[in-house]
Amino acid sequence: MISTHLPILQVLVPLLAAPVLALLRGRTLSYLVATGFVVVAFLIAIGLTIQVVHTGAVSYAIGNWAPPLGIEYRIDELTVIMLLMVTGIASAVLIGGGQSIAVEIPERRAPLFFALFCLNVAGLIGMTVTGDVFNLFVFLEISSLSTYALVAMGRDRRALTAAYQYLVIGTVGATFYVIGVGLLYMMTGTLNMADLTARVSGVESTLTIKTALAFLFIGLGVKLGMMPVHFWLPNAYAQAPSTVSAFLAGTATKVAVYVMLRIVFGIFGIGIFTSSYLADVVIALGIFAMVAASVSAIFQSDAKRLLAYSSLAQIGYILFALGLATEAGLTAAILHLFNHGLMKATLFLALTAVALRLGRTRLEDFDGLAQAMPATMLAFAVAALSLVGVPLTIGFVSKWYLLAAAFDRDGVLVAAVILGSSLLALLYLWPLVERAYFRKRPAGAPEIEEAPLALILAMWALVAVNVFLGVNSQFTVNLAANAARHLIGAVP
Amino acid sequence: MTLAPDQLLLWAFLTPIIVAVLVAVAGPWRNLRDAISVLGSLATFGFVAMLASEWEDKLVSRTIADFLPGLTLRFSLEPLGLLFAVIASTLWVLSTIYAIGYMRANEEHDQTRFFALFALAIAATLGIAFSGNLLTLFVFYETLTLVTFPLVTHAGTPEAMRAGRTYLGILLSTSILFFFLAMVWTYFEAGTLDFIKGGILNEETGPSVTLVLFLLYMFGIAKTALMPFHRWLPAAMVAPTPVSALLHAVAVVKAGVFAVVKVIVYVLGVERLAGVPGTAIVPVVAGFTIIAASLVALKQANLKRLLAYSTISQLSYVVLSATLLTPISIMGAVLHIAMHAVAKITLFFAAGAVYTAAHKSEIGELDGIGRRMPWTMGAFAVAALSMIGLPPTAGFVSKWVILKGAFDATAWCAVAVLVLSTVLNAAYFLPIVHRAFFRPLSAEAQAHPHGEAPFPSVLALTLTALLTLGLFFFPGEAMKIAEAVATGR
Repeated sequence: MISTHLPILQVLVPLLAAPVLALLRGRTLSYLVATGFVVVAFLIAIGLTIQVVHTGAVSYAIGNWAPPLGIEYRIDELTVIMLLMVTGIASAVLIGGGQSIAVEIPERRAPLFFALFCLNVAGLIGMTVTGDVFNLFVFLEISSLSTYALVAMGRDRRALTAAYQYLVIGTVGATFYVIGVGLLYMMTGTLNMADLTARVSGVESTLTIKTALAFLFIGLGVKLGMMPVHFWLPNAYAQAPSTVSAFLAGTATKVAVYVMLRIVFGIFGIGIFTSSYLADVVIALGIFAMVAASVSAIFQSDAKRLLAYSSLAQIGYILFALGLATEAGLTAAILHLFNHGLMKATLFLALTAVALRLGRTRLEDFDGLAQAMPATMLAFAVAALSLVGVPLTIGFVSKWYLLAAAFDRDGVLVAAVILGSSLLALLYLWPLVERAYFRKRPAGAPEIEEAPLALILAMWALVAVNVFLGVNSQFTVNLAANAARHLIGAVP
Repeated sequence: MTLAPDQLLLWAFLTPIIVAVLVAVAGPWRNLRDAISVLGSLATFGFVAMLASEWEDKLVSRTIADFLPGLTLRFSLEPLGLLFAVIASTLWVLSTIYAIGYMRANEEHDQTRFFALFALAIAATLGIAFSGNLLTLFVFYETLTLVTFPLVTHAGTPEAMRAGRTYLGILLSTSILFFFLAMVWTYFEAGTLDFIKGGILNEETGPSVTLVLFLLYMFGIAKTALMPFHRWLPAAMVAPTPVSALLHAVAVVKAGVFAVVKVIVYVLGVERLAGVPGTAIVPVVAGFTIIAASLVALKQANLKRLLAYSTISQLSYVVLSATLLTPISIMGAVLHIAMHAVAKITLFFAAGAVYTAAHKSEIGELDGIGRRMPWTMGAFAVAALSMIGLPPTAGFVSKWVILKGAFDATAWCAVAVLVLSTVLNAAYFLPIVHRAFFRPLSAEAQAHPHGEAPFPSVLALTLTALLTLGLFFFPGEAMKIAEAVATGR
């Protein structure tokens, strides 16, 4: 039965796409093949979701080597949320971004671009499904290396600097991660997550374990864009090809947060987290990011950089909620993880459309765009309002749970800070909307037309999901709440 | 065909949305489009009227969506919401008729967008009126802000944009910072957001938390234009007059005071609040707003701006009365929501009619205009009397009850404020009436002859003026509803 092998296929399909694509020639063919593979991956993710919803968590032993000796793929509710997100956004970006890629990537590099894209997807999926910390490192490297190359393909020479910067910092992060894994292995003699959970609890008070946690935390912190080790992120998002920015902003940092959840709560358990001051550090860093990054976003002159800083702020929300280390907090973190990925992908897809038509995305380029590109700018406006937290969108659902979690533990003051920072979001996003809707196109500006239909459909598909889950949030909230309960319950 | 009450609720809410869609589709054929607006508003009015006639104090509710687990978007009907819905849907019919005359005579641009958004704003207003819990109210409160924003900035000029920014900035930031915070806090304290007579807070919630919540609500619901968060209202006057009339004299601002009364009666609880020291801050601020706004109104040269400041002052009557926290004063607040609505919309209609017919917007230019536009200025005079609170107009009824409430609460400062503001109201409204009817036409005006405004506009403002008179002679139904809210029969 093929359905029992879905977990491995989920990784293999995009992974095998890469060598196939590298052998192909020509843009159209490689585009179609890559899109086909990614869409199949998305369908597999849906299949897995159905399996998990019906029968509970799925465990898959690679090559029939039983864990903990063999590598285990483990898929539960939290995993399927991430899988849906990664493969769904990847499909939307590829389906919608065809023309943009055609403009930004030269013909002869196109097959390589798609190969790298598929590798990246495979890496992120692998990080999500694997139940083995070293295997996770391998996938982390697959996704990181392909990201460096993808960022370097940006149209501008500055992309090379951005990619190089990311390469250096990202490698440091990965090294920290692997040191942490080494320390864990030293103390427990295993790399399987479930096995680690059981064995760590015996030695949790040793300094080695605490050091391991510190290394893992910082290593993953770099990957997920935690302030103050974030500085690769704005450059990478701003300089990468538009479609790559859209994909990365929606998925890459989110998967890193997911891994942090898995490792910090799944392996070490909530006890170590809260007793080691780490919880307070995470909360402090989260609050710092939501304020500082939002303020920085206000002063950006390029829309892509602005959204990149906004991402840092939103990661701050997630870190804050994660640091609360309560069931409500984790629910909020997981929910916002998903919701933010969806909103940011929409916003970056809209920027893709702008970049496609205008060749750049500075703030003043938005003047009067709503007249020329009504569908694009409406999607942008809805996603922007969602990010601010306007009711009937998922942004509001996120805010609600974040606030409820904050009240649960820290009370009013923090809740007020969260709301204040969502006003900052209004401050940095509103100028874009206002320029688009209420200014005139500058005199002598070239005539431009609406974005290609596929791109509009991709954006609006994401907007539709946004509003649907914003009005009726049962599905995501229940998944997130269950996942949070499992994480908290991992160690009593 | 008979519809169950909960279906009526849903249809009353959905009809304006359907109208908005149809108007957008029928855009190029303007007669068809405007006919849809009129028929749609009549249908909405019909549904609300059916609700009102069938309503007998039993709970009618309908869940729209499971918004968050444990929290639903829900409509339910209680007397206050019914009153608000009746006002909004009645005045929508009239202002649609008025707007057709106004928009065509002034050859405004983007009329399709205008009428579609207008209908959506009514849907949001009805959503507020029917809201069955605080979350639903908040959702439609925010929606109303966003939907009306393009109406405020309709002109598209830099000035309109600046005003729009003030409008959106104040309304969104207060509602996100204070209202939303208070709502989540309430949920955290009470575990529910349903509207329940006597409030939903538990015994454990201390007086200090209650006080903070109260203040957060009172200032967070900035649509009441309580100072210092009042600046959006004069700013919104850049909108076309029908928008100012329906939205910034009725729907938007009344949504604010409606929410305030709802929160006081159904969330925090009148009796609980009365036992909390410090709640007197709000009536003091409201009293200050009444006087300050009236003083500012005295100095206005522009008719619409004068009306805006008069609105700020009149809204604070409602807040003042509601926060005196006695049954009679709550009743006065509820009545004033209705009475002020019909009179203020008449004044705005009249201002717009003058602008349409004579292209005049400054008070100094109105000499003798009453002889050329007797219907318009006659209606204006009636409504002005109602603002001052003189018989035989609706304003007298509510002011009487408000005063009675202030006496009941032995709030002598409030009584003094009410008396002083009556004098001030007279001081800025009567000179306009005098000018219009008793001064001779200026030489410049004699050179530009004009008659009344277009027929639909005059018809609408005459009807609202008649309503203002009618509610003085037949206040029974409104009284009954107000009593039901105040006493919790």
